[in-house]
Formats: sequence, structure tokens, C-alpha cells
Amino acid sequence: MASNEAYITGVGQSEVGVRLTRHPLLLTLDAVKEALDDSGLTLDQIDGVSTYPGKMSVPPGFSPVGSDELIEALGIKSKWHMGGGELPAQLAAIGNAVMAVKQGVCRHVICFRTVYEAAAQSRPDEYPPGKGGDLPGVMQYTMPFWAMSASNWVAQYANRHVYKYGMKREQLAQIALNAHRNAQLNPRARNISKKELTMDEYMSARMITTPLCLWDCDRFSDCSTVIIVSAGDALDEVKTTPVRVAAMAGSVDRYSWDQVEWTAAYDAGPDLWKQADYTVDDVDTVQFYDGFAFLPLTWFEGLGFCEKGSAHEFIEGGTRIAIDGELPLNTFGGQLGAGRLHGFGFAHESVVQLRGEGGKRQIKGDPKVAVATSGGGPMAAALLLVRD
Amino acid sequence: MNPPRMRPRLDDYNRSFWTGGAEGKLNIQRCNDCDQYVHPPLPLCRHCQSENIAPETLPGTGTLDTFTVNHQPWYPGVEVPYVIARVRLDGAPGVILTTNIVNCPVDAIQPEDKVRVLFDEQDGIFFPVFEKAD
Repeated sequence: MASNEAYITGVGQSEVGVRLTRHPLLLTLDAVKEALDDSGLTLDQIDGVSTYPGKMSVPPGFSPVGSDELIEALGIKSKWHMGGGELPAQLAAIGNAVMAVKQGVCRHVICFRTVYEAAAQSRPDEYPPGKGGDLPGVMQYTMPFWAMSASNWVAQYANRHVYKYGMKREQLAQIALNAHRNAQLNPRARNISKKELTMDEYMSARMITTPLCLWDCDRFSDCSTVIIVSAGDALDEVKTTPVRVAAMAGSVDRYSWDQVEWTAAYDAGPDLWKQADYTVDDVDTVQFYDGFAFLPLTWFEGLGFCEKGSAHEFIEGGTRIAIDGELPLNTFGGQLGAGRLHGFGFAHESVVQLRGEGGKRQIKGDPKVAVATSGGGPMAAALLLVRD
Repeated sequence: MNPPRMRPRLDDYNRSFWTGGAEGKLNIQRCNDCDQYVHPPLPLCRHCQSENIAPETLPGTGTLDTFTVNHQPWYPGVEVPYVIARVRLDGAPGVILTTNIVNCPVDAIQPEDKVRVLFDEQDGIFFPVFEKAD
């Protein structure tokens, strides 16, 4: 273990549900407790906190708990805390913690992402929607044309694959089919996915925004996920098998969703390999952001697992990306099958798999290398996670 | 009949884009020093940082880059399905507008279609939407 490296030493997660009534701060506490128990650390050993995107009141429930609030509630003696949305996507909050421990500012950082959108939307008196009004910023160039949802923006890139590269719905379907198949093996996904999805169900589902149907879009859920990042010279304080953050890469090309040529995975992907002595051939599992089913395809292509414009062929039939396939994808069910954990689920599951703690969903062999990604559209972040 | 479109908040930089339609003009900011286009509008050129920028009127034609047919009723009263599209503007390399394609069935368009602007005016804002040019 190298003292100048950063490691994930604990993971935790609250219940995952839809319209939970437990307070979001308490969900966060549940995840913190589980991560501490996992790592063997106690709260008084935590000296940093990092989150994405920081507390926000709108959209309701999108980010109901902030770093400073958690510090206040748990009495954490923090030396450096971080929370913000101006980052290259969700996993960048973990990247910030990596930089903090490498710099020596912190020894053990709690990174968390708490989502509460399903609950908040069911209780508008408690979580009021925004007031509306004239649109400032870049949203003014999309919202007036009723491009209301990120699904609309991502769908346009997905349709490029349909028209330019010949992607068929039966090919794209493998992302959702794989997600729901894997979710059945994940106890924490039981409130989200009740059963496997069939190709017939997928093909007959109602369209949301072409080519994305209902099953291609994640659904709001309520959950908190915690990742503890520790300094390499503090590993004697933890009891778990540490997972090294061997490399990370982020990208934002344009801030404007409407002006980017492609999703940022195509920029962040190649950069990940420049920082590490690993290649795509070394990767045992991939946990790719699937808020919309098309996004994992951009990661397969952006990271170089296959050529640009060919990911729909790469995943065709679904055997390659299945749990027992050569490159298992989203073994916990992804966001499509296990809920909109918003990015952090992919890091969580990478650690579970690399430690061999996946239970019924554990991939075969002795996995040592995983890639976790987050984001889509103009911003993206990827982590290369390694068990040495 | 759709409800009113959401309105941009006008300022000195975006006004020519959102109100140019009053004169039938599609205006995009251009740098007078490096000649490149800047969209969304800014108080400076995003290519060379010059502050010598001004709106320029484009031909109002373009090419459909990609699109989606939206079926989900996100907003009360908005008729579905409708087309959301990215249009590359003739005369302004690198500038893409997110817009609607109107006056044709939703299944009558495909990438590379030639399109032309028309303006949907609502209370002083001229929203640039597009229709097929042929």
C-alpha cells in the first residue's frame, strides 16, 4: 500500500425506496453508520466531508442534505469540507476527497450523495417546487422549446446512433434488461425492480422521447450512499480490504447542454488511461452511469472498449455485459434497476465487487479492476478502482 | 393550443437573439476581431476574449443535426408528440440551436434535412422555430 495514494475504505447505503418518510438527514446517517461499520472507523476519525451537488431546495429533493449540515448534525471535526455542483459530475465529489487526502489535508473523508426526489414530490407542502419566472442562464435556450428533461437532451444523441450508426431498439434494450436482471440479485433494489424485464415488455413500452422508452429512464428514488476515502498512510486504522483510486478523469467541454457535440464521456474516457498502467483489457467489471440507457454506450465507446458508433453491437444479445459475461455491467442493477442513486451507486458497487462481497450477484473469478463513471451530457467523471 | 412558452430573462447580450424576429431576423453574436460566432451570447468572445462583439443577422436556414420526438407530457397543456431538434445554422459554424420543427408530421424529418427559421412570437419574445425547407 503506497502512502501517497488514496483508497476507498468504507461503503454504506441507506434503504433505497420510493416516497420514503424517513428524514433525508437520517437516511444519510444510516449510510454513514454502515460505511463506518464497514471500515472500522469511528466518527471522531473522520476529518473531511464531500458531497455533490451541495444542498439545494430546487428541484425538490434533488439534494436535501449538504456537507456543512452533516458536519453540524454528526459533530464531525472537519478540516476540509466540499460540496458543489460545479464539478465534472457526481463522482467528482469522491475525486475531491482523493485530492484532499493526497495533499495531506484529511485522513478519512466521508463522501455522500443523498437523493429524496420521490419523497419530496409526494410532499409538496414540505418540499415546494420552484417559483418559476423568467429563465436565466443556459436553460433559456432549451426550456422554451419544451425540452424539459435531460432525457430530451440525451435522446438526441441516442438518435444519432440510430440514424448514423444503425442502432436498433432491441440492441439498446440490453442495458435495461441487464439492469433489471441484476437488480433481482440485489436486496437493496427490491423496492425499485420487482422482476426481470422481458424483451417483449421493453419493445411494447410507451415512448418517452425517441428512441428512449419508459424502461430507458431511471426513476426518482430516495436513498443515501456513502463512500469513505482514506489516505494511504492511514490504512492501518481500517479493517477492510482497501480499494485504490488508481486514476480519475473528468471533463466538461461546454457548459451549455445545447452546444456540445457529444457527451463528455468521449473526452474523459481516454484521459483515464493516461494516468494509469492499465488498459481496457485489465478491467474486470464496469459500473457505468445509466440515468438513461444510452449513456453506458457512450462510456463503452469513450473509454475505448469499442469503436465510436459500435457500442450497440458490442452489447447486442446481452451476454457480454451479463454478470457471468466477459465484462459485467452494472451488477447491482444500475440506476435503471436499483434506483436513481445519482452516481454514487457505481462507486459503491465497484468496491463491493472488487472485495468479493456481492453475494448472489458477485462476478466470477478474482476481480481486481473496475471502472465507475458518472454523468452524461456536457460533464463526466470516471474513476479507475483497483484492489492491489 | 399550447400554453405560453417559458420566457428567457432579457439582458443586453441576449436581447438581439430573442427579439430579432420582430424584424424577421435571426441574430447571433459575432466577434469583430476573430470573426467567430458566440452562442449563447456573452459579454466577450469565447474564442479570443475580445469585447468587440455584435449581433449579426444570419440567413435563417440550417441543417437538422439530430432530433427526438417527445411523447411525455412534461408540462400541462403541451400537445404531444412534438419534435425537439438540434439545428446547425448556415453561416455560423459551430452554433447549434435547440428548437422545435413545426408544420410537418413528427415522422417526416430526419438528420441532414434542410430547415428554415420562423418565429413564434409571444409577448415580445420571438422564439426561433424551424420548418422543413423543401
